[in-house]
Amino acid sequence: MKRRKGTSDSLLTKAGGELDDRFKLAGPARVLFNKVFPDHWSFLLGEIALFSFILLLLSGTFLALFFEPSMVEVTYHGAYVPLQGVEMSQAYASALDLSFEVRGGLFMRQMHHWSTLLFMASILIHMLRIFFTGAFRAPRETNWMIGILLFWLGFFEGFFGYSLPDDGLSGTGLRIMEGMTVSIPFIGPWASAALFGGQFPGTSVISMLYIIHVFVFPLLLLALITVHIGLVFAQKHTQWPGPGRTEHNVVGFRMFPNYVMKQIGFMLFIWGVLGAMAGLFQINPIWLFGPYEVSVVSSASQPDFYVMYLDGLIRLFPAWELRIPPYFTLPPVFWPGIVGMGLSVVLPLLYPALERRFTKDRGHHNLLQRPRDNAGRTSLGVMVVVFWIIGVISGGNDVFAEKFDISLNAMTWAGRIGLVVLPIIAYYVTYRICLGLQQHDREVLAHGLETGILMRDPNGRFYEVHQPLAEPDEHGHTELEYNGWVVPKKMNRIGALPPADKGFFKSIEEPSEDGRTERRDEIESGKH
Amino acid sequence: MAASAKRRRGWRKRLGALARFTGALVIVGGLYSAFSPSLYAQEAESNAIDSEAVKGQELYDTSCISCHGDNGEGVEGRGPSLIGVGSAAVEFQVNTGRMPMAAQGAQAPSTEYPVFTEEEAEWLGAYIEYLGGGAGTPDDLDAMVEEADVAAGGELYRVNCSSCHGYAGGGGALSSGAHAPSLEGVSNEEIYQAMLTGPQNMPVFADNELTPEQKAELIAYAQYLVNDDKDPGGVFTLGRFGPATEGLAIFLVGMTALLLTTLWIAGKS
Repeated sequence: MKRRKGTSDSLLTKAGGELDDRFKLAGPARVLFNKVFPDHWSFLLGEIALFSFILLLLSGTFLALFFEPSMVEVTYHGAYVPLQGVEMSQAYASALDLSFEVRGGLFMRQMHHWSTLLFMASILIHMLRIFFTGAFRAPRETNWMIGILLFWLGFFEGFFGYSLPDDGLSGTGLRIMEGMTVSIPFIGPWASAALFGGQFPGTSVISMLYIIHVFVFPLLLLALITVHIGLVFAQKHTQWPGPGRTEHNVVGFRMFPNYVMKQIGFMLFIWGVLGAMAGLFQINPIWLFGPYEVSVVSSASQPDFYVMYLDGLIRLFPAWELRIPPYFTLPPVFWPGIVGMGLSVVLPLLYPALERRFTKDRGHHNLLQRPRDNAGRTSLGVMVVVFWIIGVISGGNDVFAEKFDISLNAMTWAGRIGLVVLPIIAYYVTYRICLGLQQHDREVLAHGLETGILMRDPNGRFYEVHQPLAEPDEHGHTELEYNGWVVPKKMNRIGALPPADKGFFKSIEEPSEDGRTERRDEIESGKH
Repeated sequence: MAASAKRRRGWRKRLGALARFTGALVIVGGLYSAFSPSLYAQEAESNAIDSEAVKGQELYDTSCISCHGDNGEGVEGRGPSLIGVGSAAVEFQVNTGRMPMAAQGAQAPSTEYPVFTEEEAEWLGAYIEYLGGGAGTPDDLDAMVEEADVAAGGELYRVNCSSCHGYAGGGGALSSGAHAPSLEGVSNEEIYQAMLTGPQNMPVFADNELTPEQKAELIAYAQYLVNDDKDPGGVFTLGRFGPATEGLAIFLVGMTALLLTTLWIAGKS
């Protein structure tokens, strides 16, 4: 095809050709652009984590320009009047200056913090999606394990960041971490002394945590995120079962232009939400907490939500101290703090292997499972979620007790009993719900849809007319196989009844009036 | 008449015993008041009952006596003795509506509608002061607070108060259903009286622990905290509860908005 000289089209082609001549880009770019991704809302949850991570890197870089990670004592002479003349660490003073005197500093600090919370929250939600749909099964166990490691890296990265400003809450958090470290048998006191350079709080912990927070952990996170996404590319994304979808194909949209455009739009939306939250919702008002002093612990001192379930477990655990005279003491905090955290790391890491072992299912799975179709796994997941939620609520049980006028002792005991009893009840209830949903799917496949039309026999019997999904046999039954995907449960899902309404926020199709009576007759002619 | 003489002798004997007993009490009490160190800011200046105390006693006998007993002696299991608590305690409890208490509970909650007027509370205070002395409130408190160093008050607040009332003065939970109340909308006098007298579960911060000047600094900081701090971080403070409500907000606001977005984006294909 001959093109006129000087058009933008030919310029682009020419530029592309020149680039390809030098860097050999056409091959890989074609593969990348034609890569197909399945489309479902639940496949976008991990992206929330990815894009908030990018915002974390950007806002964190801004904060690093002004923050001074030093525990040298200074006297504050900044803009915040109620702290003027107060002795504090250089770290806290620079965090205050960052909040009150650097232009846009408070906004960036709040955006960094909200992004952290969103990062951790979306990791959790993404993890639930992967778990409940069985997306972690072979061949994707490694990527599941990387995901779990990413959560725990984020957990500690967030905790270190929370500790850096050296305000009252930071120091209280570090004090609890010190208590947990010391509780480890034999090595605990040595480990704590190594961490704090001697006695708590020492003079070096902030500068050490700073390098870990701004360099070591972000690098690890970045590396693991790259591998995580690379593996999704290499192993291809899982997809829901459905028409035309098999274990050996991927049905969806091409990377370019469809998927890239959606992703860019989504990224900007996420940043918009975070920007709005940073501007509207006050978070971590360090000026209220005051500088950290060992003698100061405010009531309602809580960690960020992703650490809160551990705090809750520590609050709920009975004061069982193990003492072997004359030297050995095992403080109670060891069990919820160290053993509890250890199990929270190890059990999720091992889960794919455990499930393989117990179900003896060694096949590769590229199609997802609906949560109802694996009742055991779903119930186990809900059980863990309930356990976690009780832990989180107990982590804030003093705030709950005060604001809802409940005795704190009652909150503690409700947490203790609830932690043991409610997950079991949740398991049972979820299991029954899953079985019920499975059964209803099978019922629709065998008998057809409920139409809501009641008929009466000449002999007085009432019955509901069902719309079979295929040609029924002489008993009105259909033999359809369940294929692991949504079974239509309403007439308008099979296009039989108007309105067939589409659109997300408002209707983009008007319900049609014509043909209604005719279709109804058709339905009524179908036998139960 | 032997019987009557005997009776008279017995009567005289008993009278003598009473006199000796009273004398012993006077000596012990006198020695005690002479040597015991003064714990409170102000001792009752005179024991002469004045008209305010008389009016206070009238109120006391109709509204307080069932729990705090005759002459403020207290009733076992119902209410403590009020002898020596002073007028500051009475005015705090009555003006904040904590007393008279509607029902026995984990602690007396403050109410918006005190039963007595401030004048009546003063009479009650005068009566309790008459019964056993105790602490009062300085008259020039507002001026003292006006001049006080807020930053110094902040340091005192964080060490002494934040462990119950919280870093932002919003209050906090204590054990067995009791709670430290919010400092919002509490007057200078009430904070001062509370520190001085230690109502409910609050410890007493007597003048040998925190001088009246330090108390004024503390009040200045507490008032700044709840009234003047403008929350520069945003229009929604999330109740200044810290990470508990922040965690709630990221799920209810951030996560919910973005989940709706995922539905929208995935639906547009």
